[in-house]
Amino acid sequence: MSLLSIQDLSLSIHGQSILDCVSMDIGPGEICGVIGESGSGKSLTALSVMQLLPEGATCSGSIALSDIEILQADEQTLCNIRGRAVGMVFQEPMTALNPVQTIGQQVAETIRIHQRVSRSDAMVQAAKTLRKCELPQERFPLSRYPHELSGGQRQRVVIAMAIALQPKLLIADEPTTALDVTTQAEILRLLQRLVAEDGMGLMLITHDLAVVTDIADHIIIMNNGKVVERGQAKALYSNMNHPYTKSLFKASTHQPERLGQVEDTVLLSVQNVVRDYPMARKSLIKKPAPFRALNDVSFNIYKGECLGLVGESGCGKSTLTRAIMGLDDIQGGVISLNGKDVFADETAREKMQVVFQDPYGSFNPRHKVGRLVSEPFFRLGRSATNDEIVESLVSVGLEAEDRNKYIHEFSGGQRQRIAIARALIIKPELIILDEAVSALDVSIRAQILDLLAKLSTERGLTYLFITHDLTVVKAISDRVLVMRDGRIIEHGDTKTVFHSPHHDYTKKLIASAPQIQPVEGINI
Amino acid sequence: MMSETRSSRTALKSRNLFIGVALTSIFALAALLSLIWTPYDVTQLDISSKLKSPSWEHLFGTDHFGRDTFSMVMVGAQTSISVAFIAVGIGMGLGVPLGLSAAAYRGGLLDEFIMRGNDLIFAFPSLLIAIMITAVFGPSAVNAIIAIGIFNIPVFARLSRGAALPLWTRDFILSARVAGKGSARISVEHILPNITNLLVVQGTIQFSLGILAEAGLSYVGLGVQPPIPSWGRMLAESQTLISIAPHLALFPGFAILLTVLGLNLAGDGLRDLLDPRIRRTRR
Repeated sequence: MSLLSIQDLSLSIHGQSILDCVSMDIGPGEICGVIGESGSGKSLTALSVMQLLPEGATCSGSIALSDIEILQADEQTLCNIRGRAVGMVFQEPMTALNPVQTIGQQVAETIRIHQRVSRSDAMVQAAKTLRKCELPQERFPLSRYPHELSGGQRQRVVIAMAIALQPKLLIADEPTTALDVTTQAEILRLLQRLVAEDGMGLMLITHDLAVVTDIADHIIIMNNGKVVERGQAKALYSNMNHPYTKSLFKASTHQPERLGQVEDTVLLSVQNVVRDYPMARKSLIKKPAPFRALNDVSFNIYKGECLGLVGESGCGKSTLTRAIMGLDDIQGGVISLNGKDVFADETAREKMQVVFQDPYGSFNPRHKVGRLVSEPFFRLGRSATNDEIVESLVSVGLEAEDRNKYIHEFSGGQRQRIAIARALIIKPELIILDEAVSALDVSIRAQILDLLAKLSTERGLTYLFITHDLTVVKAISDRVLVMRDGRIIEHGDTKTVFHSPHHDYTKKLIASAPQIQPVEGINI
Repeated sequence: MMSETRSSRTALKSRNLFIGVALTSIFALAALLSLIWTPYDVTQLDISSKLKSPSWEHLFGTDHFGRDTFSMVMVGAQTSISVAFIAVGIGMGLGVPLGLSAAAYRGGLLDEFIMRGNDLIFAFPSLLIAIMITAVFGPSAVNAIIAIGIFNIPVFARLSRGAALPLWTRDFILSARVAGKGSARISVEHILPNITNLLVVQGTIQFSLGILAEAGLSYVGLGVQPPIPSWGRMLAESQTLISIAPHLALFPGFAILLTVLGLNLAGDGLRDLLDPRIRRTRR
């Protein structure tokens, strides 16, 4: 007897069809991985189970939770189901918690909504639930506020809120996407343990195939609102039928071809760089000790090379980008490009450009694309000619006509192409890619990586590839630096670092990164 | 169905804009027309036909001096609108650059200086300052404009600083800095276009508040001086006669109400029109 049984669920919003005959079954104690790229309808499937659909949505088909038919249930029944029978974990732990309430209050609140218990009893239960989620009260008292916790700890609080009433079904919508790899591994282990202990069913929604390979019992792959492939996790990997599944697998392990020649000349040299941030003053007399975001960082990038810089959030990756671009002053050390100090000689900065992570935040929504991509020309003291704009757009696979459009008319992948066009337009030698592919779907990511590889072959570009994603680094970079707490703790050839890491942290990082297991006889 | 709701919603929006612009332009035209022509001379007293109810001869009736209320509302539009317009202009013209520079040097001394200066102005009730200004320089339309204008400065400064601050952390600002652009240029090229929608909406709100403030100041006798008519003073003068001649209060009252309504509707519609993201869905 399955716990959740969805039969032929179709969903349309304002007449536009979003889901088309989706069916799935989740039994108690089972983990069902729902995989799809953005816009595939995976989140809306989960929201239909909760009936938390956007305005104008109409469902048909059947969603049965135990014995209750959700699509026919009235609002009162649904309110009882939400939170009590079905718990939900969202992607972004930063926004899923109320910043002005303590974690104890927030967990207790979910309990008090559904059960007539006193405030203190609810707090006791909350403490118990938090302990279950590996937040023992000795170290994380109930009186903590969300901002006092790290991202992974916050996600544990969110999970505690979801499982506080021991729901039969837990829906986790991209629960680890916003987290670092090591934290991601911990959260996945926690979810797996909770499912095993309580016999919950878990619907694990993700865009990342690798996340679910290890823990899911069966997998459903969605594309354009349809289930294109389903099956037992292990069986599915060795026997994929649908072309979309195959392309998804191919994209996740995509290895772009680079033919660039690495020369012996040093292009960018970073020597003993130190960057301190002033901290808030705590006492009147004592000067606060500064926070050292970059501690004695040194490395070289050679012409034509692609150097990967790996580290988790807070390790100083972005600070390093800003220092190299000359945006923030440094407190010690020298950064030079082609032998010119980037702080002393501003012309050095003409030869480098940067591509940022967020394809939505890195453009001014009020300007047209033509004006956006020509912005770097400001440094050269002239405006871009029409030909230059067209050339840069065409070189990233866009059309000349696109220069007259606004940025919101483009998808995430296209925007990242525009960001690359903006970086290319003044023909730099070095491009810093700061998490440039992290926000993209796997298939789009593969395309962008191909584009980058092609551009580096054609134009002899040098990349500094900053990312938290090991698979990307492995795919594209020649050498790797591993950064932690403002220091570079390991560097070497990509192959060497991945096969025989020296530092413990590197070993842990590589071990935590979810990987798609190569299965014998796999036929992609 | 999707396109249907969306188009009906945009139609509603553009209808608002249409009504707003129509109402505003009626009063603006009346104000312009009054410069060259009014049915009667507003300084012409005619005691024999005082306190007449609305008729074909006097559309809005006459006041206790026998002046034509319709002509007075027309000339009043001229004073009210110009006072409010210039006052908002002063507020925006000084407040927005101040707010933008405070945001550009956020956390610095300049920021502190500008914002504490704002607090200082905010600390006084506007009417009090207006009374002070008129006590020193004497009551006149110009002094009313200055008094209302000064009070618009901190409103716009705070608004633009607050709206600019989150923008400064965005990546597109970072890439502008990578291109070598300085704070002033970034403020004008990138920050300002992104806060115009807020400024337009606040501008229309302040405009209507300006009309009300002028009416208030004139009501207590500190604004526009007789014999120049203003909606506020017309209201003030009609107060004692409200039971005999209610039309004297009704017409200037409605004029204020409709102008303010029109401006707010127009501001709402204008905000959507200025946003390329919404503008596209409109098509």
